[in-house]
Amino acid sequence: MTSFKALRVRLSQGTQYITDLRKAVPSGFRGRPILGSGPCASDCEACRDACPTEAIRLYPVTIDLGRCVFCNACVEVCPEKKIVFTPDTMMGAAEREHLVVREGITEPARMKPSQSLSKIFGRSLKLRQVSAGGCNGCELELNALANVNFDLQRFGIEWVASPRHADALVLTGPLTRNMRDAVRLAWDAIPEPRFVVAVGACAISGGLYEGASGVDRDFLESVGPSLYVAGCPPHPLTFVNAILDFLGIG
Amino acid sequence: MSTSVIVHRMNVCDIPTHNPNAWRDDLTKRFRDGHRILTLFGRRDHDRVLITAVLQAQDRSIVLSRSTVTPEFGYHELTSEFPALHCFERELHEQTGVRIAAHAWLKPIRYEGKTQSAMNEYPFYKIEGKEVHEVAVGPVHAGVIEPGSFRFMCLGEQVHHLEIQLGYQHRGVERRLLEREPTRLTPLVETIAGDTSIAHAWAYCSTLESVSDCELDIEVEAARAIALELERVAMHLAGLSGLAADVGFLQGATTYGRLRTTAINTTMRLCGSRFGRGALRPGGVAMRLPPDLLNEVRGNLNLLRRDLPIINECFLASQTVQHRLRSVGVLTEAQAAELGLVGMAARASGIPIDARQEVKSGAYKVLPIPVAIIRDGDCWGRARLRIAEMDASLLWLSTILALYPNWDCPRKRIGSLAPNQIAFALVEGWRGEVIHCLETGATGEVVHYKVQDPSFRNWMGLAIAVRGNEISDFPICNKSFDLSYCGNDL
Ligand code: SF4
Repeated sequence: MTSFKALRVRLSQGTQYITDLRKAVPSGFRGRPILGSGPCASDCEACRDACPTEAIRLYPVTIDLGRCVFCNACVEVCPEKKIVFTPDTMMGAAEREHLVVREGITEPARMKPSQSLSKIFGRSLKLRQVSAGGCNGCELELNALANVNFDLQRFGIEWVASPRHADALVLTGPLTRNMRDAVRLAWDAIPEPRFVVAVGACAISGGLYEGASGVDRDFLESVGPSLYVAGCPPHPLTFVNAILDFLGIG
Repeated sequence: MSTSVIVHRMNVCDIPTHNPNAWRDDLTKRFRDGHRILTLFGRRDHDRVLITAVLQAQDRSIVLSRSTVTPEFGYHELTSEFPALHCFERELHEQTGVRIAAHAWLKPIRYEGKTQSAMNEYPFYKIEGKEVHEVAVGPVHAGVIEPGSFRFMCLGEQVHHLEIQLGYQHRGVERRLLEREPTRLTPLVETIAGDTSIAHAWAYCSTLESVSDCELDIEVEAARAIALELERVAMHLAGLSGLAADVGFLQGATTYGRLRTTAINTTMRLCGSRFGRGALRPGGVAMRLPPDLLNEVRGNLNLLRRDLPIINECFLASQTVQHRLRSVGVLTEAQAAELGLVGMAARASGIPIDARQEVKSGAYKVLPIPVAIIRDGDCWGRARLRIAEMDASLLWLSTILALYPNWDCPRKRIGSLAPNQIAFALVEGWRGEVIHCLETGATGEVVHYKVQDPSFRNWMGLAIAVRGNEISDFPICNKSFDLSYCGNDL
């Protein structure tokens, strides 16, 4: 009887596995923006003024995905419809400045895989996640990577419980003062070679909490991230593809 | 003004204001009469501290009561007679420095503005005894979750006392809310507890709409409520998936997990974010529901309503699940009431509070949503309650979508904020009561913004429920309460 029921669950489940994570595009997702190359209305600074995280610079217009929280406020105020958010999730970068979106450029910057790290971690990578002021948005999306849809483990990439078993520290949140010691301890416990992945606008730039009273970003100033995963929160596909590109997998 | 949630606005000068002793007597009398605390907070006003208490009477009306005290004198504590106040008095002391005489335990809630070393120096409660041993867990846990510190005092495998120390996630939310333009706070508010973005955004929008006299159309109310119920369904699915994983019932873990994907992707189709970021904005919503999308949303809801009962039946009938959850982590009705628990944890201990039942108009009045109550108070009860709430929400969603399929209402402009007002909003989020309270000054500027996540009151429920249990059952208890760390730490 029980096994029959179990079978029904299996049947209703079908195949949930996303076969090609490289090509999947979640329709309806507000992802990587593109900026048209047409001129702005004269003296218009509406998008920059509307932005809650100072992600936008003008003359020419750029959007820093390391700061953007995808609130859509800039789109709503732009009289020229210059800013368009696409469902593309490709928003990982190994260099901080590659997160900056420029006018007229429609493709994301290509990541150059790290040769040395790819040789060591290309077939097995263990990640230790530490949240330091994360709102549980990033944490839930990182958890989702291990579910039946995304199945990150297929690439030999896994979350581990102890930093001693980890190869990389995946940080979320703006880095709170009260987590400063714990983040440092976790990092010190990770054996070399190791690297830091900054996930989400908060971790990358402080985001909405840049300069807030409880935030202390000293750690990131001394140990720079090797990989940035943009979003608020980043879609699981953003994370998968960033890691795969970084390690030159697939 | 949003009417599908509880909103209460007053002129500041109309708030009954007492001297400290009379204020304390007023509160004492009201609590003895069956009033319930909703929030209590203070702020420095020159060299004095202004304390505001918001209570709910048994007839569900809202009562405010204020006092101005000097920090050195303060007032005599209320926690020993009314334990539900413990977190409020601790927070009040931490945020304003006011003396709260004879309070037994003024341990900081979140170590605001202090250094990390102050956090490490504060002693945990200890039980002495040769056989007693202490287990320290955290702040970093063995999983992809937020940080918090748990200190167990055990005798053998049995937990005698658990002290939960939070604050690691403290970012400075309340201060930041005052540093930014008050009508443009939604992105920030959506990250107060990022798994409760809709409920917090709604509470924020309601306070603002209330002080700027902005009336909303019922379609907008319905759209917001739809987003809120989708958030509830998604997070209950996430919680059940985690609970199933923790007891080793893997079929539940995977199936609830993939159904959650369907739920959050539905939200994403409406607003562009799987967490409802950008769905609500002051004066309206930023969600769209064109006809083709309506069909897709209906299809998703049908899928959930078809597949969920199958896995629910398996989950509830599984011996592993029952064996691990039944009679574990019990919080009795009396304990829950005494501690002032709210939301699903309270309803799973038999306390019938649910703001969606109390509104006099709006989406939940047009189409009431049945409230689920379970009396067991254990992990099994909390799991069953979440299942019942999902069922109710999914049915409600399908019906309300048929009633209000058109959300094309332009967003209303938020005018200037009326001066000297206090606006209180309470939204029944998936964990429980999300409360925002905003006060304006003489020129309509925001002088205080109080945020309260339900977790703030419910953490103590977990600490008490764990007593007498095996320490190995702690993860299950923790997951069954499913509380927010950042929502508490702000
Ligand atoms: S969508 Fe990004 S760039 Fe645009 S206003 Fe919001 S945070 Fe700024």
